[in-house]
Amino acid sequence: MTSASAGLEFVLNGEPVQESGIAPQTTLLDYIRGRGLTGAKEGCAEGECGACAVLFVKAGLNGAAYQSVNSCLVPLPAVAGQELYTVEALTECGELADPQRAMAERGGSQCGYCTPGFIVSMFAQQQAGHVGRFDPAALGGNLCRCTGYRPIREAMQSLGPPRDTPLRRRLGSAAPAVLPVDYESPAGRFSRPCNLSECLKLAAGDPASRFVAGNTDLGVMTNLRHARFPHLISLEGVPELREFHDGPRCVEIGAGLTLTEIEERWGEAPDFFHDWLRLFASPLIRNRATLGGNLATASPIGDSAPLLLALDAELCIAGPEGERAVPLHSFFPDYRRTSLDRGEVLRSVRIPKPLPAVTHFYKVAKRRVDDISTVAAGISLRFDDSGSIAAARLAFGGVGPVPLRVFEAEDAIVGAHAPDLSRVKEILRRTLHPMSDHRGSSAYRLAMAQSLLDKFFWSTESDRRSNQR
Amino acid sequence: MTFSGQPLSHESAREHATGEALYTDDLVPRFSNLLHAWPVLAPHAHALVVRLDANAALREPGVAATLTLADVPGEGDSGSNRHDEPLFPSEVTYHSQPVAWVLGDTLEAARLGAARVAVEYRALTPILTIEDAIAAESFHSGPFRMRRSSSDGAADSAIARSPHRIAGQLAIGGQEHFYLETQCSIARFDETGGLLVDSSTQHPSETQEIVARVLGIARHQVSVQCVRMGGAFGGKEVQANPWAAIAALGAWKTKRPVRVRLPRHLDMALTGKRHPFLAKFTVGFDGDGGLRGVDLKLYSDGGWSLDLSDPVLWRALFHCDNAYLIPALDAAGWVCKTHKTSQTAFRGFGGPQGMMVIEDILDRIARTLGLEPARVRERNFYREGDVTHYGQPVKDAARIGRIWTELKQSSDFEARRQAIAGFNAVTPHARRGIAITPVKFGISFTATFFNQAGALVLMYRDGSVQVNHGGTEMGQGLHTKIRQLAADQLGIALDAVRVMPTRTDKVPNTSATAASAGTDLNGAAVVDACRQIQARLVPIAAGLLACDDAAVRFENGMVLGNANSLPLAKVVDHAYRARVPLFAHGCYRTPEIHFDPKTATGKPFHYFAYGAAASEVEIDGFTGEHRILRADLLEDVGNSVSPLVDLGQVEGGFLQGIGWLTVEELLWDAQGRVATAGASTYKLPSWPEMPEVFNVAFLERAAEPGVVFGSKAVGEPPLMLAFSVREAIRDAIAAFGEQGVVELDSPATPERIYRAIEAARASRKAPVSPAAGAVRG
Repeated sequence: MTSASAGLEFVLNGEPVQESGIAPQTTLLDYIRGRGLTGAKEGCAEGECGACAVLFVKAGLNGAAYQSVNSCLVPLPAVAGQELYTVEALTECGELADPQRAMAERGGSQCGYCTPGFIVSMFAQQQAGHVGRFDPAALGGNLCRCTGYRPIREAMQSLGPPRDTPLRRRLGSAAPAVLPVDYESPAGRFSRPCNLSECLKLAAGDPASRFVAGNTDLGVMTNLRHARFPHLISLEGVPELREFHDGPRCVEIGAGLTLTEIEERWGEAPDFFHDWLRLFASPLIRNRATLGGNLATASPIGDSAPLLLALDAELCIAGPEGERAVPLHSFFPDYRRTSLDRGEVLRSVRIPKPLPAVTHFYKVAKRRVDDISTVAAGISLRFDDSGSIAAARLAFGGVGPVPLRVFEAEDAIVGAHAPDLSRVKEILRRTLHPMSDHRGSSAYRLAMAQSLLDKFFWSTESDRRSNQR
Repeated sequence: MTFSGQPLSHESAREHATGEALYTDDLVPRFSNLLHAWPVLAPHAHALVVRLDANAALREPGVAATLTLADVPGEGDSGSNRHDEPLFPSEVTYHSQPVAWVLGDTLEAARLGAARVAVEYRALTPILTIEDAIAAESFHSGPFRMRRSSSDGAADSAIARSPHRIAGQLAIGGQEHFYLETQCSIARFDETGGLLVDSSTQHPSETQEIVARVLGIARHQVSVQCVRMGGAFGGKEVQANPWAAIAALGAWKTKRPVRVRLPRHLDMALTGKRHPFLAKFTVGFDGDGGLRGVDLKLYSDGGWSLDLSDPVLWRALFHCDNAYLIPALDAAGWVCKTHKTSQTAFRGFGGPQGMMVIEDILDRIARTLGLEPARVRERNFYREGDVTHYGQPVKDAARIGRIWTELKQSSDFEARRQAIAGFNAVTPHARRGIAITPVKFGISFTATFFNQAGALVLMYRDGSVQVNHGGTEMGQGLHTKIRQLAADQLGIALDAVRVMPTRTDKVPNTSATAASAGTDLNGAAVVDACRQIQARLVPIAAGLLACDDAAVRFENGMVLGNANSLPLAKVVDHAYRARVPLFAHGCYRTPEIHFDPKTATGKPFHYFAYGAAASEVEIDGFTGEHRILRADLLEDVGNSVSPLVDLGQVEGGFLQGIGWLTVEELLWDAQGRVATAGASTYKLPSWPEMPEVFNVAFLERAAEPGVVFGSKAVGEPPLMLAFSVREAIRDAIAAFGEQGVVELDSPATPERIYRAIEAARASRKAPVSPAAGAVRG
C-alpha cells in the first residue's frame, strides 16, 4: 500500500466525482445533501428509519445489483471507487421510476419526508426481481409516521418486473471492485487494505487505529455520541474475511461478509437461519452489517451470539502471530469486551456439522421487527438413537453483561426424553441476573428466559407430535 | 368537472416521490455563509446556573459567535402564554435544557465550541413523576372542574346510591411525535433588511410573534415562511418557536443566515410530547352496566413549562364521556409541573387520554358484571336529544348507534366473537380477543377566538391563480383539499391553481393549523375569497356573453351563459381593463360557538366527528407479544373533499394510535433524562403493527351542513379508533383467566401484557373470593 492520499474518487448518479479535505467521519448523507441532493433525509442518524437510503451498485452472485443502504451510516471515504445513486437519479428523462409512480398514485406519501427512502428500498427490491410476492420485511428498515403503511404495501405490490431503462441496463456490466484506499484529511485517516497481511500490518503500525466493517455500530457512535476515530481500517476489501465454505464438517462464514451476502451464499441454510435474518435487521442494515462486526462489538443484546452459541460456533481469529480458534462461548470475557487482542481481527465463524436436530432462535422485543432484543435466545437439541436428549444448548442475550450459555441448565436437560423444566427454570432463576432498563425489567427478562424455554419445548413437542401423525 | 370529492393524490405526491419536495433544512445548500447552531446542554433536570462563561467557545476554530442572555435585545423567553420558557435560563428545569448556544461555520465546530463552554451548576432535587408532583403539590394549574348532576344528585351521591361500584386508576403513557422531519429553522435578513425565518412550524404567526418578542421589534419586521413540514402532529404547534427564536437571534447578532436543526436525539430530549396522564376514578352503575355516576380525577404531566397543557387538559375533560351519557359526573383535572420536557399538543390534544379512561372503565364494568363489553358500551351511548356534561347538545347522536350497527355487521363481529371463544377453548398458549369501540370527537378550538381563518387569492390576467391561506401543510393534505375547493369554486383546472407556501406576509394573525380544523377554517376562507373574485367577474362575463348575471357559470376554465362561452382568461382580461380588482381577502369564523371556563359550560364545538373500529388480536402467552389480526374502521368524514387524503388520515391516525397504545413507550431515567431519546430505543409502528386484514370505510349519507363541501374534520378522530386494539388486547388477556377485570396501564408493551396475563392466570388458580362474588351479585 502506498502512502495516504488526500483524494477520493467515486461515481455519483452516473458522474465521476473527486473530493479531498473532507473529514473522514463525514457521512455520505451529509455529503450528498451538501451537494444539493436533498432527496435523502436525516430522520434518525442511526440507521433505524431509512429516510437517508441510497443505492450502491454492488457485485452479487448473479452480477451487479442495486443495494439499498442507509447513507447516514456510510463514512464518505468508504465510497471511494464505488458507484452510487440517489433518489434524484431514479427519474430518468423526466419519467418517474415505477416505485415513484406507484407511490405518487396510490397515496403512498403524506408528509413525503420518508418517501425517497421508501422509493430507494422499493427500487432495489424491484430490480432484484422481488415483485408480485411482497415481503413487508423487505421495507422493514423504512419508517413512515403518516400513512399506516397500507398504501405503501399496495404500491409495492403493484410493481411488475423492472423495465428496460438506462439504470436497468447499467446492471448489465460489472459492479466496481472494492479497491485499496488510504485517505487522509486533517481530521483523520481512513484505510481500506485489500489483503489480510496488509490489514494486520496497518493495525500493528498504528496503535490508534480501529477496525471497521459495515459501520452500522461505529457509525451510530460517530453520529450520536460524536466519537471520532483518528484512523479507521476498513475490512470491506479484505478477501480473506469474505470467504464462504459449506463443507462436510462445518460451515465457515467469513467474518467480513455482510448478512445479505451470507444469505445469498448459504443456499442450503436451514429455516431457522432465514427466520433469524429477518428478525436481525432490515435489508438496509443487512446490506452493510457483517457477522464479524456483530460479534466483535460484543453487545450483550447482539442477535448473532445467542444463535451461534446454540450452534457451538467457533471463531477463527487472525493476528500478527498467525491464526487461532476460540469457541464462541469463551469469546466474551466481560461487558463489551472480547478475547481479541490488539491488532487481531475476526476472520471467520465456523458452525460445526451436523447441525443440531432442533434449533430455534427467539427474540422478544417491543416491536416485532427491526428492534433491539429485550431478550434473545438460541436453543438447540441433539438426540441419541433412543430419542433422549444427547446435547442441549441454552444461550441467551439480554440476561447478563454478555451473551451467555447456561451450562448447568444444559446439563439438567441432557439424558431426558422430556426434561424437568421446572428444575431447569429454577437453575435459570438462580444463575441469570439481568438488569432493568428501558427495554425491560430484570423480572421480565428472567421470566422471558424461562418462558422461551417453555415455548421451545412446547413447540418442539408439538412439532414431533405432528410429524408422528 | 369538479375536483372536490375525487380521490386525488397529494398535491405534492410527485415531488415527494422524486425527492424534489423541499423542507426547511433542504434550503441549507443555498446559503454559502450559513452558520450552524449547537446548544450547551445542562446535565441536570433541576439546577441553578451558578456561573456560565461562553467565551471559551470562541477559541474553537470555526466558531463565529455565542448566544447568551446578554445578546437578547428583547425578551429572552419563548413561552407562548405565560412567558415561562426562558431561552437562557438561570434555573435549569429539565434535563438537557439549553443554557447557551454556539454558532459555527460547521456543525462540528459549533458542537466542539459548545463542549468548551464552562458552566457551573448547583443541583436541586427534581420532580420526575406525576405521583411526586401530586405529593409536592407541584401544579402548573388546576383544578379545572366539570360537573353535572342527575336525579340521583351530584356524582358522589349518584355513585353512593348505585347498586354497583368500582374504583381504580389508570396510568397513561405519553407519546413522542417522531415527525420524520425534526425541528428546524433558518433565519436571515432579507433584501430589505427584514428578518425572514423559514421554519417547520404549524403556527407561523406565533413563531413570528415570538421572534419579534425576543428581538424586541415589531412583528411587521419579521416574516415567517413554512414551505411544508415533514410531519408535525401537534409537535410544531408551539414547540417550533424556541428554535426559530434562536436562529433569529443568531442572524440578528451575526448578520449571517443561521440554521437551528435538532438532530433526532436532541429533538427527543428537548421537545415536548403527548402528556402522560394518571387517572383515578370511582364509578357507580346498574346491573345492566348503565352508568349512574363517575368521579374522575385527571393528572397530566405538563413538564417544565405550561405550554398548551391547559387546553389539553380541558379537552381531556370535554372528552371523558367519549360517546357515552354519564348522568352524574364530577371530573377534575390538574396539570402537574415536573422537571421534564414540556408536554404539548399531539393529535387528539388530551381527548385521547380522557376517552381512554371511560373505555377502560366500561370494560371493567362489563367484566365485573359478567356482561359483554360491547353491550355495556352500547347501553351507555348518547341518544338524540342528549346533552354533554358541558351543556352542548350532542348533534347527530344517532350516528353513534348507526355506525355501531353498520360496523358490527360489516366486520362480522358476532360470528367472529363466537369463533374466538372456540379458538381460545382449544389453544393452549395463545388467546385471541376482539373489541369494538366508538369515537365522538368535538371539532373546533376550545379557545373560541382561534376559530378564524384568512385567505388571499390572487388571480392573474391569464386566469391562473395563487392561493395563500393561513394553514400549513404537514402531510395531512390541506393544500390538496384547498386546491380542489378553489378550482371548483372558480371553475378552473387544478393546475391553474397554485397553493403557495404559508407566509405571514400574505395572511396575518393566523391560527395554528391544528384541532383537525385546517380545512374547515382555511377552506372556507379560500372559498370566500374565490367567491368574491367570481362575483366581480360575473357582470363582466354577463356583458360579454349577453346574458343575465344569474345565468353565468364557471366551468372547466370557461365562462358560460346564454349558450355562449368564453375562456376565463378572456373574461379576466376584460375585468382587468375595466379596473376590477382580481384579488380578494377571504375570511371565515366558525359560527355559534362559545365556552365559559368559569362555569365549564357552553357550545365549544361546531360539530362532532364520529367513528368506530372493531379489532381482533392474538397474544402469545409465553411472551406477552401480540399481533393485530384484523381491524375494521368506519369513520364519519361527512362528504369527503378528498377521499384518498382522508383515507390516509384515517389509516395513519389509527396506526399512530396503535403505536401510542402498544409499542411506543416513553421513559425517563432516574436523573430525568429521556431514556428513549432515539429511534433505536423508541419504536414507532412498523409493518407488523399494521393489521393483517385492514378494512376502512366512510359513513355514507353523512354530509355536514355548515361546513365547506359538507365535509368533516378527519385529522385527529381516527387516532382514537385504536382503542379497539387496546380493548381487544384486554379481551384476550381476560381469556387467559376467568374473564375478570383486566388492569392494564398504557402502553400495552409485551412486558405489561405478560404481567396482566400472569395476574389473569393467578385469578384462575385462586378460589373465588366471597367479596368478588358479592360484587357480581
